[in-house]
Amino acid sequence: MNIVVCVKQTPDTAATVTVENGKVSWGDAPLVINPWDEFAVEQALRSREAHGGKVIALTVGPEVAREALKHALAMGCDEAILVSDPGLLAGDSLVISKVLAAAIEKIGAVDLAFFGRQAVDSDTGVTPAQVARRLGWPALTLVAAVTALDPAGKTISVDRALDEGRQQVKSPLPAVVSVIKEICEPRYPSFMGIRKASKATIPVWSAAEIGLTSIPAAALSWPELFAPPKVETKVEMITGDSVDAVAAKLAARLLEAKVL
Amino acid sequence: MATNVFVYMDHFNGQAVPAAWEIVGAARKAADALGTGVTAVVIGQGIAGLADEAIQHGADDARVADDARFKDFRVEAYASALSKILKDTAAEVLFLPTTGRTRELAAMVAVDLETGVVPDLVGFEIKDGKVVGTRPIYAGKVMEKVVIASAKPQIFVVRSRVFPKREAQAGKKGTVTKVEAAAGDARTEVVGYKATEVGVSLTDAAVIVSGGRGVSVNPKLTPPAEITDEHQKEVWRAQQGFALIRELATVLNAAVGASRAAVDAGYVPYANQVGQTGKVVSPDVYIACGVSGAIQHLAGMRTSKTIVAINKDPEAPIFRVARFGIVGDMFDVVPALTRALKAKMGK
Amino acid sequence: MVQQMVRDFAQREVAPFIKEWDRQQAMDPVILRRMGELGLLGICIPARLGGQGMDYISLGLACEELEAVDTSLRVVMSVHLGLNSLGLLQWGTDEQQRSYLVPQARGERLAGFCLTEPGAGSDVAALVSSARRDGGDYVLNGEKMWISLASRADHFLWFARTNPDAADPHDGLSAFLLEADRPGVTRGDIHGKLGIRAGSTGWVHCQDVRLPASLRLGEEGEGFKIAMACLDGGRYTVAAGATGLIRACLEASLRYAGQRQAFGREVGQFQLVQHKIAGMVQSYETARLLYLRAGWMKNEGRRNTRETSLAKWFATEASFGAASEALQIHGAYGYSDEYDVERYLRNARGATLYEGTSEIHELMQAGYALGQRRDASLRCELPAYVPERDPASGSSGGRTASL
Repeated sequence: MNIVVCVKQTPDTAATVTVENGKVSWGDAPLVINPWDEFAVEQALRSREAHGGKVIALTVGPEVAREALKHALAMGCDEAILVSDPGLLAGDSLVISKVLAAAIEKIGAVDLAFFGRQAVDSDTGVTPAQVARRLGWPALTLVAAVTALDPAGKTISVDRALDEGRQQVKSPLPAVVSVIKEICEPRYPSFMGIRKASKATIPVWSAAEIGLTSIPAAALSWPELFAPPKVETKVEMITGDSVDAVAAKLAARLLEAKVL
Repeated sequence: MATNVFVYMDHFNGQAVPAAWEIVGAARKAADALGTGVTAVVIGQGIAGLADEAIQHGADDARVADDARFKDFRVEAYASALSKILKDTAAEVLFLPTTGRTRELAAMVAVDLETGVVPDLVGFEIKDGKVVGTRPIYAGKVMEKVVIASAKPQIFVVRSRVFPKREAQAGKKGTVTKVEAAAGDARTEVVGYKATEVGVSLTDAAVIVSGGRGVSVNPKLTPPAEITDEHQKEVWRAQQGFALIRELATVLNAAVGASRAAVDAGYVPYANQVGQTGKVVSPDVYIACGVSGAIQHLAGMRTSKTIVAINKDPEAPIFRVARFGIVGDMFDVVPALTRALKAKMGK
Repeated sequence: MVQQMVRDFAQREVAPFIKEWDRQQAMDPVILRRMGELGLLGICIPARLGGQGMDYISLGLACEELEAVDTSLRVVMSVHLGLNSLGLLQWGTDEQQRSYLVPQARGERLAGFCLTEPGAGSDVAALVSSARRDGGDYVLNGEKMWISLASRADHFLWFARTNPDAADPHDGLSAFLLEADRPGVTRGDIHGKLGIRAGSTGWVHCQDVRLPASLRLGEEGEGFKIAMACLDGGRYTVAAGATGLIRACLEASLRYAGQRQAFGREVGQFQLVQHKIAGMVQSYETARLLYLRAGWMKNEGRRNTRETSLAKWFATEASFGAASEALQIHGAYGYSDEYDVERYLRNARGATLYEGTSEIHELMQAGYALGQRRDASLRCELPAYVPERDPASGSSGGRTASL
């Protein structure tokens, strides 16, 4: 099987994130592989272990995003590819999905593309579905389990976690699969993996090399970034004539303040 | 002449999703500011009634694609249908509610029409005839304003419980236009379905209802005669208290937490412990019942966005970090709150 | 990446349970198994000998991360890897390495170190355990105490007197590879320690234990030199671990000082609290550089007895100080096991006693400085680090070639 896993490099979730000079700042907190993507890498590796083939980690980002790819390599991915181009830095998901789809087509003969559910910086969670749409592949999102995988028969069966319950879906391959945490426990990078990752040569593809003669324009623009308004720390004591009156008042306040 | 603001009516089991009427309200607000109307879009099989409901709730008209091919939600097919409707009408703005279906639906429509999609919308303003949305990033640590300046339609997936629900006006009428379904291309097959009763985990929960030592203090409660040991009586009372907490948690789809004092006293297992030694949590809402708010417990939950405190002691430290507080007996307040919320949330 | 990986393991799989284990004075066997599975127990043993092929600095980083969660984890590394495995790496024959080093590097067997006796701690040369030559065997008698993993290890490096008549008692000692299941070997746990309560400490006793001469490590009479060389490995892990403990004290203090309010402000705003925190920062960074230097020297194949001793002495003394200050910052909460700092203090107090008391190290340092002490070359040296030549996987660079 030829499996691609798309990863993103994001700041550590424990970082204190603030807005400085109109830009997001995470101080000297480290940049890590997007935590959701670790689950995607793990599932990709398990699929390879069960059915053979190879796993290629793919990211779109600046040079420093190599480190996220190295983590994926250290976990056991066979190869890694960085797509990097200065014109892509301001890209939105419309742009990034186009780039990822083009890269996946360039890799060629890919059976499965795994994604983590969302990136912990932008938190949009739309890229997997968009990549699938561009490739013309089915999108299997919110996947909590891969219950069957038949590379020869070119089918995959998954459990999806919807609000209302678990949905079992069967799909032809190739397909895009976006996973949630329930799917597996990501392995630690092995020491041999760490060694190999630090020595690995990671090819860099520019937009031109993946067949984009010009960088598509982003549809979104971001006029402003700001810190969320600080919530009042002075307690509002709810009082009333009877317990039911007090409770009703609190319930109303909670819903009014959009707390619940 | 600007086109209407479109609103996608997401549904499940023949019913509009609860958030649908909030989104119609949001669309109405945008339409009024832009000087246009609201068009509801309904895609499914045998769901034309939703169009009438949407109009009663504030839409001016509706477009319906009613076809056997849309019996089950399949994102590829629904996206093709929705994209065609938006393209044919040259729609400029589309609002959708947030459900497990709509994020990917909106994502695919955005690709079809080469436009932008903005999920998790928590607010918006109109500027120069465009919707400027506000949404959280970095798990809500930062807010961003985002606008789709030239592409269309401007697609927004709106967060639940941000905009008020619009009440229905019985008898309000509007034009319902049937549209032809686009060629279906659903290649996946739904082979099964299972409603789940997944307990909410403490660390992932958006809402936590927590009990402290005060949970056992209720002299009005008489334990059954067979319990003679004082400590066991205390544990029994505490279990009644936690039963009330669990009921409130169920209404709110919340996880149940406890302070160290409650765990040490044997009221609940260690897995529920919140605090320095237990789990560190950061939910949107933390409702502390009979929790004093000593520093080691606070260390575990102080980054909760909103803390609600219920305690008999008006001087309890928890009130210093709470946003809302009630001085009272949790055995009275918690069930009353459960009743009130059930009523208000329509459960 | 190595540091992050060990940190993730320790934080996810040990931290949530450690308080409970410490309270019960028991080490959950699952931890030893996990450390074995993850390759930690052989992290710096070459791959051809069953290890992970990382360098000595990786060993230090791993120990720093493990002790930042609890000292008991690092103690396992110290005896199994620092003292025993590195001792085998330095002094073992090919056969001994094949039979013992390989399985323990893989984490399949656990190894311990039996030097200290009830009557001999700092005064190693005064140990009384005996090993009498009898034909092709040795017969061992004696008792060892304060032995980590006493009841868990599969085999020990056992030091005993083979030549009671040696002119210099230092030259009368030899080292042996003693399997715990040999007839005549008994062992038991010691409870009631002030700290490292989640660890396994005990005694081992030999009553007429017979083992073949092939299980003697090194030559007869080399026992003292071997013990001291092993301590270069053990002390290094102690130094790195104590550095992690300082960091844990610092991080706990920063958290608490940022939350606790007194006199209308966070206590972190008071200068006397800041003084303590600054001291911890200084200790941490200094300790870190000292152990990293020792690790680098090991990588280079340079004799590092002096540098390792200095790192161990400094870091362990500093860790007790840091723990004490951290407890003070936490006030009454520091005195309760609600928080971790009291465990850090109890754990830290032991480190100035084992692997050379602080006093021993102080004398060593003065000896080196005054020229009274010099390191003679050894018959066997700890190998320098040789980067592994890993089998090629896929084609890391192949993508560009195929375009």
